[in-house]
Amino acid sequence: MKQLLMALWLALGLGAAAGAADPLGSSRWPDLQREYAGNAPVTFDSRVEVLAPKVAEDSMNVPVTIKFRNLPDVKRVLVVADFNPIVKVLDYQPLLAQPGLSFRIKLQQASPIRALVQTGDGKWYAGGVWVDAAGGGCTAPSTGRSAPDWASTLNQVQARVFHDGQNQRVRLRIMHPMDTGLAPGIPAFYIEQLAVEDASGEAMLRMETFEPLSENPVFSFDLPDTGKAALRVVGRDNNGNRIDAMVQP
Amino acid sequence: MIGRFLLALVLAGGTLLAQAADPTAADRFDYGLVPQKIAENSWAFVGRTEDISRDNGGNIVNTAFVVTAEGVVVIDTGPSRRYGEQMRAAIARVTDRPVIRVFNTHQHPDHFLGNQSFSGVPMAALPAAQAGMREQGGAFADNMYRMAGDWLAGTEVTVADQAAQAGRLTIGGHEFELIALEGHTGGDLAIFDRTTGVLYAGDLIFLDRAPTTPHASITHWRAALDTLAALPVKRTLPGHGPVHDDRRGVVQTRDWLDWLDDTLNRAAMSGMDMAEVMVLPLPERFAQMPLARSEFERSVTHLYSRYEQQTLSTAAPSRLKQK
Repeated sequence: MKQLLMALWLALGLGAAAGAADPLGSSRWPDLQREYAGNAPVTFDSRVEVLAPKVAEDSMNVPVTIKFRNLPDVKRVLVVADFNPIVKVLDYQPLLAQPGLSFRIKLQQASPIRALVQTGDGKWYAGGVWVDAAGGGCTAPSTGRSAPDWASTLNQVQARVFHDGQNQRVRLRIMHPMDTGLAPGIPAFYIEQLAVEDASGEAMLRMETFEPLSENPVFSFDLPDTGKAALRVVGRDNNGNRIDAMVQP
Repeated sequence: MIGRFLLALVLAGGTLLAQAADPTAADRFDYGLVPQKIAENSWAFVGRTEDISRDNGGNIVNTAFVVTAEGVVVIDTGPSRRYGEQMRAAIARVTDRPVIRVFNTHQHPDHFLGNQSFSGVPMAALPAAQAGMREQGGAFADNMYRMAGDWLAGTEVTVADQAAQAGRLTIGGHEFELIALEGHTGGDLAIFDRTTGVLYAGDLIFLDRAPTTPHASITHWRAALDTLAALPVKRTLPGHGPVHDDRRGVVQTRDWLDWLDDTLNRAAMSGMDMAEVMVLPLPERFAQMPLARSEFERSVTHLYSRYEQQTLSTAAPSRLKQK
């Protein structure tokens, strides 16, 4: 009995501590912290900004913008959605890119969307928002599947570069069903790797991507202006199909 | 953990007991529908200019009825079975004539989920609206339940069983003009009662409440507003917002659509992504309008991908070797 009480007290105590630590008050956070930050301390920091609507109007396409402008030396950005059946959305290395990126995700139910940002000294910083959602985004078949010609545009890149005098904003749309494997009878089929390279073939940014990214994913990145030189977008999906396109400035 | 559960159970039990003992609980699902007379033989139920919630049960919409010599014509039936029942009861307090016709102005759930309470009465909507109710009605009802909770209890989707025909239709001495339009959705039925001069605009017109766009085409919507603006209207019942005698509804709805179109276009041309567009400032004239921010956010989700798609072009496949 004494042991049981002790266990109860511990459970309550830990629960309370973790609840206080997570400003989003999500029961999943202690597990996520353990899994993705290796139980290292994570500081919730207003310099990690996550922009997303309060309510997901379309659970298949929830727009997210991450900004971490004032954090120095960011090496890695992990994006997770606590209550998605597949939690990890992307794992991003900004390399030369400006501190931020935009993309869209599928949500299965209301959930925090978080960015976990690791700096060069190994420290983790986190920001996030709750997004309410009718849900179901992860278990619905991709809409392109019903079109007979979806395979003919697979991994096609649509792009545009916008110049503001200092940086260039690169917007990409990559044609891909991004099937989660959770819709009945449709195996997981999604883009796993993506990079933007300069003319010399050096990666300017790189990321691993996962099932919760929206179908035909759209990204926005801000890169140093490379003038008239084209950018190259490379990557592949989990079936080994390559993405490889030249984006003109 | 167990302790937490127990605590939660005790709290939940306490709440239930408190609810059972609360004498107002029985009234909780009362929409308090009071008909507002808007013309000879014509009444409206004017809903709140709010989002759907557990407080308002979805009574955020305008519905109406016209008492003709033959019987009562109902225009839209509200967001739930309960609303439809209470609307029928409120109509019966005005007239003992039977309800003989129901029109649904379009496929959105706040306008037709009360149909169930008028079963047996011929119900008409434009074919595109019938299709929308049939295909998406279940999802609409689920979402309404999610937002309004038990107000929706027992609500089942009842699709309008007749295709409304555009043109003049005389019922019991009232000459109705049924106008088939689109823009707010793929099938928007505006009803102009030439006998009273009242325009039942459905959601083609919003006033002092931000317009919604889940199935909208701004191009078609503008054309529809042009059509409505040309009618000799004395009084307008918008789908949401107050009854009015001037052109405010048409003008304001058009102003919002023009601003929305221009804002989304500029944002796409400058390379913004969706979540960035959603936090753009609202112009001062819309800043105080109920639901302006949340409807703008929703509209970005509904419409922005069409604008951004126009800025993107297909990149040539690389001829270089991958490292």
